[in-house]
Amino acid sequence: MILKKKTGHWFYPIAALFLAVLMWQLVVTLADIPIYILPSPLDTVKALLTDFGMIARHLIATLYASLLGFTLSVALAFILAIAMDSFGVVKKSLYPILIVSQTVPTIAITPLLIIWFGFGVLPKILIIVLMCFFPICISLVDGFDKVDGDYLRLFRSIKANRWQTFYHLKLPHAMVNLFSGLKIAATYMLMAAIIGEWQGGTDGLGVYMVRTKNAYALDKMFASILVIVLISVALIYLINKVASRVNHWK
Amino acid sequence: MYALQQAKAGHAGAKEEVIRLDRIGKRFDGSEVLRDISLHLRKGEFVSLLGPSGSGKSTILNIMTGLEEADTGTVSIGGQIGYMQQKDLLLPWKTVIDNIALPLDLKGRNKKESRALAESLIDRVGLRGYEHRYPGEMSGGMKQRASFLRTLIASGEIMLLDEPFGALDSMTKSSMQQWLLEVQEAFGLTILFITHDIEEAILLSDRVYVLSSRPGTIKEELGVDFGVGDKRSRLVDPKLLKMKERIRSLL
Repeated sequence: MILKKKTGHWFYPIAALFLAVLMWQLVVTLADIPIYILPSPLDTVKALLTDFGMIARHLIATLYASLLGFTLSVALAFILAIAMDSFGVVKKSLYPILIVSQTVPTIAITPLLIIWFGFGVLPKILIIVLMCFFPICISLVDGFDKVDGDYLRLFRSIKANRWQTFYHLKLPHAMVNLFSGLKIAATYMLMAAIIGEWQGGTDGLGVYMVRTKNAYALDKMFASILVIVLISVALIYLINKVASRVNHWK
Repeated sequence: MYALQQAKAGHAGAKEEVIRLDRIGKRFDGSEVLRDISLHLRKGEFVSLLGPSGSGKSTILNIMTGLEEADTGTVSIGGQIGYMQQKDLLLPWKTVIDNIALPLDLKGRNKKESRALAESLIDRVGLRGYEHRYPGEMSGGMKQRASFLRTLIASGEIMLLDEPFGALDSMTKSSMQQWLLEVQEAFGLTILFITHDIEEAILLSDRVYVLSSRPGTIKEELGVDFGVGDKRSRLVDPKLLKMKERIRSLL
């Protein structure tokens, strides 16, 4: 029963994906579609292998900006979430603004950031923080907020101070929420980095994509997309692993 | 630990009052919840507050623990109060032993000593072998026992139990009642027990206060004068039925 469930968990999506890729390959081959219109899966893999050194160099730049931005987002989210949880005024003032701020299209702000902060890594990191900070912060605030009132009363009756209530009750309670926020942020972070790089810069997969696109080397562009997808999946897997470690009692 | 020892010593000695409420009144948004509540608990006693839902039983407990204030009347409490609710309120991410020792950790006691004290009491609540499990792996009755021990460790003198067995099935409930009597005897505890189950109140208590519904007033104070030495024998005593009838007519 368990075995069946487990194989079903992996088997079906992989089989479906395999079929889709196979169809894609067949269509490209049979219809003889040129590579500058649509490269086939085999072309993509071939491009990945031949241009691996270049892709890896750009990937390192992208990952550097992403991870730095992600770490900053987590830190900022914690600071703000704790402030919102501790002071009702802060939450009342900032929470609605935070939500509305997410409706601003990031892609429109990116050129501005590049004008203000140049073509270096700083505007990229800012874009990543703008996109990743929100899901982490909201998941934390909601996690702190949803602690059952009876537990809070219990902590009051055993005379816990604010810090103890936070450390023993609110923080572990919010951990479950936090990881769903982190997963969303992890997928955003590469996307945000690429959006930043796309609009200007000298390093990063976004830059590589623009160059290959302009050269109609779509096989190489697809190869870099493939790399992004694989790394995102790996990141989510990693976060899931950490989550089941932290929330092992679940 | 000190508190526990004190409680034991007190049990053997005098029967001084540890809780006294005098003509307590309470209103919420203009509607009267409690009127003229006077009651007392002596050291080592088991007293039940019996009443229908909405009779303000939990408000009385909140007033005793200081979570709420009475509008009129006086409250005097002589000792540390532990308050246990129907929900076990164990932290699911902490092991049983860490849950039990939590109040001591929050008081800043030495971690090792707190664990040792919790360890030494774990046999008394029948949780040996479950110390390092998580609450999610335990049954409702076991969780309540862990919650009870946590409350005991936090206070140790007076226990206020707010329908602690209300959510348990009837088989578990009756074994938990026996267990509670044993633990009370072992530690010499003073217990104020809230319930709406008439039989449960009679089985466990030395005295029963019967409350009316909104506004809550004390209709009658009854001493349970049969099966005093062995409360288990009450279950088969015909006086149980008579007393049940009497209380039912009051409600």
